[in-house]
Amino acid sequence: MKPDLRFDFIADMQKSTLTVRREFAAKRQLVWDCYTKCELLDQWYAPKPLTTKTKSFDFNEGGHWHFAMIDPNGTHYWSRTDYETITPIDGYTGYDGFTDETGVINPDLPRSHINMTFTDKGDHTLTETVVSYNAPEDLQTVIDMGMEDGMTSTLERLDELLVKLTA
Amino acid sequence: MDNYNASLDTLFHALADPTRRAVVQRLVKGPAPVKELAAPYDMALPSFMKHISVLEEAGLIASKKQGRVRTCTFNPDKLAAAEKWFDDQRTIWASRFDNLDTLLTTLQGETDET
Repeated sequence: MKPDLRFDFIADMQKSTLTVRREFAAKRQLVWDCYTKCELLDQWYAPKPLTTKTKSFDFNEGGHWHFAMIDPNGTHYWSRTDYETITPIDGYTGYDGFTDETGVINPDLPRSHINMTFTDKGDHTLTETVVSYNAPEDLQTVIDMGMEDGMTSTLERLDELLVKLTA
Repeated sequence: MDNYNASLDTLFHALADPTRRAVVQRLVKGPAPVKELAAPYDMALPSFMKHISVLEEAGLIASKKQGRVRTCTFNPDKLAAAEKWFDDQRTIWASRFDNLDTLLTTLQGETDET
């Protein structure tokens, strides 16, 4: 059922960046909405089996999205995306950081810079996300955290949600 | 877990340098003497040996001296640890995008019906 949609995932350790490209079978405006409206973000942003919960949202330059990704045990992983520049519906830039429940950014953990772009590809939309860290050490810190959280180890069986949709 | 993280730390430092990455890429194909590994680089041997030590400390390669020849070999286990992390990241993004596919299909369905 899933069409053959482009998905590139490129890690550049020298530059401490991740470049993720993905094609979606939808018009650019709709994909843009899914990235920039919290009621839609809540429905897809967290990887399975986690869910997303928005605490506050202000999609404006200088505004931010404060949200949690919640694992099946109820553990909340709080994050905050700060919006730096916004060019509807071409792209936006900002910073991702780890916070507590109150939204205060944890100064001990690295923030990553995000550059999102949306382009037409026929009837489809191509998105590109470039995640950059200041230094290899920052990327390393995040790698270590991911392992401690165990977030990465529990992700599997993605197809079940496709089944859910068709039902 | 702590040992795993510590080793990843040195591993990423080791791979942050283009010369060291090239040496690892060469050794993936098979063992080689230091002299052969150093040949492509315009670098004094002591400087090159520093790169070799960083790679050894990270556990990416091992070296053994027989007579006057020091031969280096690749240790695949270490690189596998880093690859696993990137694989996990890829899985996260893939899962997230699958969710978005689902949502987009639903949203487009709603639009079509109206």
